[in-house]
Amino acid sequence: MNMFLGLYNYWIVIILMMTGFYIVIAKGNLLKKVVGLNIFQTSVIIMYVSMAKVKDGAAPILTEGVEIFSNPLPHVLMLTAIVVGVATTALALALIVSIYEEYGSVEEDEIHEQDGSF
Amino acid sequence: MVTALSIVFMRDLFAIVILFGIYSLVSASFFVNLDAVDVALTEAAVGAGISTVLMLGTLALTTRKEKEYSYGPTLPLMVVAVTGAALIYATLDMPYFSDPSDPIHQHVAPRYIQQSGEEIGVPNIVTSVLASYRGYDTLGEVVVIFAAGLGVMTLLGRFGKRPEIKVPSPSMSHHLILRVIAKALIPLIILYGLYIQFHGDYGPGGGFQAGVIFAAAIILYAIIFGTEKAQKVISPMVIHVLMAVGVLIYAGVGVLTMFLGGNFLGYNVLAHDPVHGQHYGILLVELGVGITVTAVMLSIFFDFSDRKRIQSIEE
Repeated sequence: MNMFLGLYNYWIVIILMMTGFYIVIAKGNLLKKVVGLNIFQTSVIIMYVSMAKVKDGAAPILTEGVEIFSNPLPHVLMLTAIVVGVATTALALALIVSIYEEYGSVEEDEIHEQDGSF
Repeated sequence: MVTALSIVFMRDLFAIVILFGIYSLVSASFFVNLDAVDVALTEAAVGAGISTVLMLGTLALTTRKEKEYSYGPTLPLMVVAVTGAALIYATLDMPYFSDPSDPIHQHVAPRYIQQSGEEIGVPNIVTSVLASYRGYDTLGEVVVIFAAGLGVMTLLGRFGKRPEIKVPSPSMSHHLILRVIAKALIPLIILYGLYIQFHGDYGPGGGFQAGVIFAAAIILYAIIFGTEKAQKVISPMVIHVLMAVGVLIYAGVGVLTMFLGGNFLGYNVLAHDPVHGQHYGILLVELGVGITVTAVMLSIFFDFSDRKRIQSIEE
């Protein structure tokens, strides 16, 4: 198996991860930053799940006549990570709402301006 | 991937949030392709459902347009390019995709796949690993969700004396089509949630997914008929109690197994037959997970929607 076919899943993950990373560091809007963080998170989830895949494997539910299963352990970890992720996202969004009520803005530079920082 | 890239260039936050929902749905189908049916179910329910609703709620509470940003994109682009290149260089040492001899498939996974049928007696290996072999982790994660729910409550919720909210909550009940469809759909969603909850041992599903689906049904009701009516069906007080009850059921099962002479969360002692014990244990634990997840999601949603009404009073 050549290198491209063997590693393309990681490269897709890296492109997605860097997209999320770019949004987080380059954009000033707080809500957009949260979306960026979520894309980053999804890329990590995709990485784990793609590592769990076994060639010709079936979904890890015991059925008769199936011998090869994909690895169930990453599935378990990622399943809970998604739900924890949405809970922490909700917390971040709640913080954004309280920042907006305090400052009247969700733009990073305007908040810095009001604080006199930078 | 294309949707993710277009998020970078969009300025209308509403479109971004909807795109993010689509992105989640696409990645859910991607997970099915990778044999991760449980993960796909969770991602579809959470990413495309709940988190989109929450982000839209935030938009309603803040502003919709992103402002022009003053700094140029050069420096961030450079940082991203360098990090990306380093990561791609790192992948050259990684094991190849879907190769059965990858190190990840050598450690504990073969044991789970070969033994769980006899030890746990539950066909869905994901469920048996989630609720039994790695029960500690899952308990920790349920506590994290509980804590996040508490955090949102302290930031946005109303504590102590509850000021009477006189503003009627916005509802869409004047749309005939929405109303009729919703009335037909919501019982089915709840039924499906129950199926996911209790069939999780045999097929894809379990407490996490079922909890999110339940919450989605009630949130749909609240969006269409107004928050007040939804809160009459399930009052905030009940939700707050349920949040704790779920965690307590989970931890209580652990303590019970200790009193019966086993390890914490070692379900074998729950019945005479160890396999039956495992069945009871998983059923109870998943129930606890489902209750907590439903209650936390609902509590977060109601905190957001009540906040909107408080804001409109202050204006």
